[in-house]
Amino acid sequence: MTVDGSLERLKREGRIVVVGASLAGLRAAETMREKGFTGSLTMIGDEPYEPYDRPPLSKQVLLGRAGPERTALPRRRDIEAAWRLGVPATGLDMAARRVRLADGDEVEYDRLLIATGVRARPWPQADEAALDGVFVLRTRDDAAALEQKLAAGPGRVLVIGAGFTGSEIASACRERGLPVTVAERGAAPLVGALGGVVGEVAAEMHREHGVDLRTGIMVTRLEGDATGRVRVAHLSDGTTLEADVVVVSLGAMRNTEWLAGSGLGAGPRGIACDAGCRAFDIRGIVTDDIYVAGDVARSPHALFGYQFLSLEHWGNAVAQAETAAHNMLSESADRRPHLWVPAFWSSQFGVNIKSVGVPSMGTEILIAQGSRDERRFTGVYGYQGRVIGAVTFDQSRWLQFYERLIEETAPFPPTFTTVDRRPEGNRPMPADFPDPSVPTHGPTITLSGYSPADRRMTFTPAHH
Amino acid sequence: MTQDILRQILDYSNRADPYPLYKELRRTPVYHDGSGPFVVSTYYEIQALLHDPRISSDARNLASNAADPLAEPGGEEETVLPPSFLKLDPPEHDRLRRMTNRPFGPPHSPHRVHDMRGDLHEIVKGLIDRIAENGNAERIDLVEEFSYPFPVTVICRLLGVPPEDEARFHVWADTLAASLDPDPDADPKERERRTHDSRMELGMYLSGLIEERRKNPTGDMLSELATGNGPDGTMTTMEVLSTAALLLIAGHETTVNLITNGMLTLLRFPEVLDRLREEPELSVNLVEELLRYEPPVQLVPQRSTLADIEVAGVSIPKGASLWLVLAAGNRDPLRFEDPDRFDPDREDIQHLGLGSGIHSCFGAPLARQEAQLALSELARRLENPRLLADPPPYRQNAVLRGPRHLPIAVDGIRP
Repeated sequence: MTVDGSLERLKREGRIVVVGASLAGLRAAETMREKGFTGSLTMIGDEPYEPYDRPPLSKQVLLGRAGPERTALPRRRDIEAAWRLGVPATGLDMAARRVRLADGDEVEYDRLLIATGVRARPWPQADEAALDGVFVLRTRDDAAALEQKLAAGPGRVLVIGAGFTGSEIASACRERGLPVTVAERGAAPLVGALGGVVGEVAAEMHREHGVDLRTGIMVTRLEGDATGRVRVAHLSDGTTLEADVVVVSLGAMRNTEWLAGSGLGAGPRGIACDAGCRAFDIRGIVTDDIYVAGDVARSPHALFGYQFLSLEHWGNAVAQAETAAHNMLSESADRRPHLWVPAFWSSQFGVNIKSVGVPSMGTEILIAQGSRDERRFTGVYGYQGRVIGAVTFDQSRWLQFYERLIEETAPFPPTFTTVDRRPEGNRPMPADFPDPSVPTHGPTITLSGYSPADRRMTFTPAHH
Repeated sequence: MTQDILRQILDYSNRADPYPLYKELRRTPVYHDGSGPFVVSTYYEIQALLHDPRISSDARNLASNAADPLAEPGGEEETVLPPSFLKLDPPEHDRLRRMTNRPFGPPHSPHRVHDMRGDLHEIVKGLIDRIAENGNAERIDLVEEFSYPFPVTVICRLLGVPPEDEARFHVWADTLAASLDPDPDADPKERERRTHDSRMELGMYLSGLIEERRKNPTGDMLSELATGNGPDGTMTTMEVLSTAALLLIAGHETTVNLITNGMLTLLRFPEVLDRLREEPELSVNLVEELLRYEPPVQLVPQRSTLADIEVAGVSIPKGASLWLVLAAGNRDPLRFEDPDRFDPDREDIQHLGLGSGIHSCFGAPLARQEAQLALSELARRLENPRLLADPPPYRQNAVLRGPRHLPIAVDGIRP
């Protein structure tokens, strides 16, 4: 479909369907129009809202400073799309190039972009999750409901899980003057993303701001009162805790269930795609007409040993969407790889945290600038003798320098001195990430058959 | 490249138009003549160095043998003041800048600059009214009568200098500014003496005011700096003094040049001046383009290397002196399309005019507001303004570059 002018035809009158009407979907659609795509564009989204921005939901919105309805993403341009909002996609027929919708409709495509993102991992016990006062935080509606509850002045908020979202929620609660307990299974907040050396600083930040932080603790059961309102949490140390709001912040699950049985390489860890954002089918063969972008994508990154990385980062969603859109409308020789260096930010307890690279691959950390005691520092992560990631607490202006070191695979520990090098920056320490051999929730692929023509792969979705 | 391009850049005869020299300079992104500073003139390299923690702003990190063609005779300004944060590295820089920012900008004081709008309007109006009253329409020196007094008055208001002392303040500021811009014909001994006296008098005056404000704070910057009690504690009187002096010097000379360069450019592009008269909101992007096209700080000369580094394939040893030629980077064709064209509608405009990184211009929000207001008001009120000399006479200073006088004629001044 390259030499015969079919690309021109696709750009002129093709049908492009985008499943997922959030940040990645919107930016991809805008990029396609920018590149001169004049065919039909359908945006499918399970939420009833036009694309909105999620980072403010755990910050300004929870503080009551911005209404959740005021988080709409700014538009770069008009995308002249047919919007199918509030209607989830329920299936994909790859052979017929059709997306099935929950209302029974089917939408045909010439090119499909999947940007269905992730959703909050719910509390595993459905009856407990259904108690009044138990929340997750991912969507506008989640934020609106939680904010309303916080505004009513609950006696105590329990946050389960101290990752970035959980920590930001705890921070917002304290800023509102609410008593809050954080229960974290690991040794400190943020350990999964940033390791124990930095997690220790995060723990101090929690405690200094009056959070009742309990680490090495799991919540085993949530108990409601007679009217179905959550009342008590049972903890793994045998104690109980009274709380009238519980926020479950246990990470995210990828929205891929609707693709089960479609033959696409999609599962709980996301949709595998190549560096050009083209989806793999379950045989490991790359598709030509299905692309993936944003939180739901897993793609190999040349800088990180071609590992398949799945990045739930705002900037990644934008960059990957732009690359996917470009490649969807390009001859194969003009396609570009998605080579974004991972980066994210968080703001909690008055501190601005930013990171580049993949700190969690790091085995060692060096506090290159500043000091952990002062809550202002730059930590550089090393992996097999090279710089693999960096994090700053209130020092983000230096980050682009370390990003370049990561891109250049500069040696670790850095051999040079910098401004603001303190005694703790003289030698690296173990980064102290949790044991990576935690069981994963990956799917199972089984092979059957003997002759090459008979060989079949069977995909068994994982259970949560 | 000619070996003495640095001398040419510093040579006064090239002050009016250094841009052809910068173009020449950019052919060697890191220029070093063997003894002087390493001069970096391309956009991406400058940008990276402004964010490079191996680069110091603290002169104590310079190797003693690093030659500096800009060094003032007689060495550092003779002063007992501790260095201001402009000349410090983290963590001292960060601490002082944070404390200074607390009463100036967000997050603690998001309204300070915005709330000065009324003052700025009133000062601008007063200055233009006075030009009208003088009735000398055939020859107005816009520097003397407008761009020079405007920022000094603004700094006085910002710091909280009482109106009755503003005149004295202007005299000191004039003398100190002149010391940054030595007149080659004047007696250097006499100039040094006057500079010294002014600095002493200003220092005495400000320390008196600081002590007074410490006892009876009045909400202005000086009061807040003297009594501030944030997480970093309170500044010593010497620190307040040094910071106030920095705000005065850095916030003044640069803004004078931004406004004067701006009017000069507008008079050279009368169609843009006409547009600005009709659409004052153009001033926002216009000022950004000015900061790219004619930046008031042409180069950053006070940086040094803390380690051996490599820039654009050139090894720079530890302790070397670095010049970052912002004005050359701003016209780098690898970064900006058609860089020598003045285009007030330019969208892709991440210029280096206000620096970048931890030392990026502290007063930027105020400077932007001053320049936007000054230029749109001058455009609105001056009737048919025209240049009487092009190029106008420039100041000596190659770093803080701008016209010493900007003689113009007008048909009249609108109310």
